[in-house]
Amino acid sequence: MQKRLIVNHQLLDIMVMRLCHQLIENHGDFSDSVIIGLQPRGRQVAQRLQANLETILGMRVPTGYLDTTFHRDDFRRRDTPLTANATHIDFLIEDKKVILADDVLYTGRSVRAALDAMIAFGRPANVELLVLIDRLHSRHLPIEPTYVGRRVNSIQSQRVLVEWQGQDTQEDNIWLITKNEE
Amino acid sequence: MQELSARHLLGIKDITAEDIRLIFETADNFKDVLNRPIKKVPSLRDITIANVFFENSTRTRLSFELAEKRLSADVINFSSSGSSVKKGETLLDTVNNILAMKVDMIVMRHASPGAPHFLSRHIKANIINAGDGTHEHPTQALLDSYSIREKLGDVAGKKVVIIGDIMHSRVALSNIFALQKLGAEVMVCGPSTLLPKHIQSLGVKVELDVRKALAWCDVANVLRIQLERQQMKYFPSLREYSLYYGIDKKLLDSLDKEITVMHPGPINRGVELSSDAADSHHSIILNQVENGVAIRMAVLYLLASKT
Repeated sequence: MQKRLIVNHQLLDIMVMRLCHQLIENHGDFSDSVIIGLQPRGRQVAQRLQANLETILGMRVPTGYLDTTFHRDDFRRRDTPLTANATHIDFLIEDKKVILADDVLYTGRSVRAALDAMIAFGRPANVELLVLIDRLHSRHLPIEPTYVGRRVNSIQSQRVLVEWQGQDTQEDNIWLITKNEE
Repeated sequence: MQELSARHLLGIKDITAEDIRLIFETADNFKDVLNRPIKKVPSLRDITIANVFFENSTRTRLSFELAEKRLSADVINFSSSGSSVKKGETLLDTVNNILAMKVDMIVMRHASPGAPHFLSRHIKANIINAGDGTHEHPTQALLDSYSIREKLGDVAGKKVVIIGDIMHSRVALSNIFALQKLGAEVMVCGPSTLLPKHIQSLGVKVELDVRKALAWCDVANVLRIQLERQQMKYFPSLREYSLYYGIDKKLLDSLDKEITVMHPGPINRGVELSSDAADSHHSIILNQVENGVAIRMAVLYLLASKT
C-alpha cells in the first residue's frame, strides 16, 4: 500500500479559510444559511467551517450533522450493512440556504442520499455542496460541488483519506492511498 | 461495520449480547427518525414482508406493520382466521404459497413453540418470530430491555423481577435471556403453580412474596394471567390472585424507593395491575409501545441486509 500526502496541515488550513471566504461572498451575514455535515466524515468539515466562520464573522452559523445510511441506494447490495450514525439537526431548514459539507466527493451517491434525507427537515431555499476533495471523472450521478478545496485525479483502486488532528492523528492531512496490485 | 450473527430472529437464546447492542444502537437512530416530522426512510423499498399471524395480536402486529411501513417495505398481512388453514393446509404449504409470491421476509406468530425454527430449516426468507406459543417473543424482550436502558441508563447491574404467569409466558423466557445477556439480575415471582419447576436452572432467583420481590428490584415487569393458555385451574380465582399478586399504587408508594413498572400488554386492569399503578409515574408502559416500533425497525433493517 502506498500513501502519498496530497494536502498537509498548513495547506489544509489555508484551504478551509479560502472556502470560508468563498462562502461569505455568497452568503453575506449567514442570516438565512445553515451548514450540514454528512456523517460520518463530513461532520469534521462542518465543525471546522463553523469554527473558522466564527473567527471571521464573530457569530456561530447553525450547524448540524446528517446521517444518510437509511437513504442509501446500495442497501442489500453490499456484503455487510452500513452502520448508522446519529443525525443531529436542531433547526428547521425550511426556506434556508443549506451548505452540505463532506470531505470527499466520489460517485455522488452519498450526496444524492443526503438530498433525499434532508427533506425530512423541511424544504430548503437552495442547497450548495462543499467538499474538500473532488475526485474527478468518477461520478455515477450528475452531481457537482459548488465549493471545492482541491480537485484530484485518481483511479478507482485508490482512496482519499482525510485525517483530522486529535481524532485520527497528530495533525490534519489528506492522503491519496494506492493499494498494491496483488 | 457490524452485522447480526444470525439470518433469522427466532429467539433471544440464539443471538449474542453484541447482536442485542447492535440492535439497540440501530434503534436509537430509528427512534430519532420517528420523532421527525417525516417519519419514513426508504431503506426497505425493494423488500416485501409478510406478517403471518396464526394467533391473535393487536400491539405486536400493528407495531410490526408500522415499522415495516416506516421503512418503506411492501407489506402483506395474513391471519389464520378466514384463511385456508381452516381447510386443512399445513404450515409449510401456507408459507411456501406466500413465498411463491416473492416475499423476502416473514414475521410469524404461531401457537406452537418452535414453529419459526421449523420454518427456518425449510425456507429461504428471513424469519422474525413474533411469538411462538409459550416459548419466545424476542422483539418484546428487546423492547423491554431497550426501555430499561432508556429509563435507567443501562441494563447491566439492574435488578429486574418478572411477576405473574411465568409458566405460560413467552415474554418471560425471552426477557430472562435478554436481561441475563445484558448483565442484569433476574428474579421471577408468582404463585408456585405458575412458576415452571426447574426455572432456577436458568440462573434466576425465585420469590413467592410479591412485596419482597418489589423491595428487591429496580424494575418490575408485570405479566398478564394467560387464561387462554391454561388447561386447568392454577389458582382459586382471579380475585384471590389479585389480592396476593396484584400491584397497586399503595403498594408501590409503601416501598422506600422508586421502582419502574413495565407491562407487555394487554393489561387486565384490576387483576395484575391496578389502574392507578398502571397510569402512575412509575409506569413506562406507553414508552415500551413507542420503543417497540423503533426496535422492530432495527431488527427488520439489520436482518434485511442479510440476504
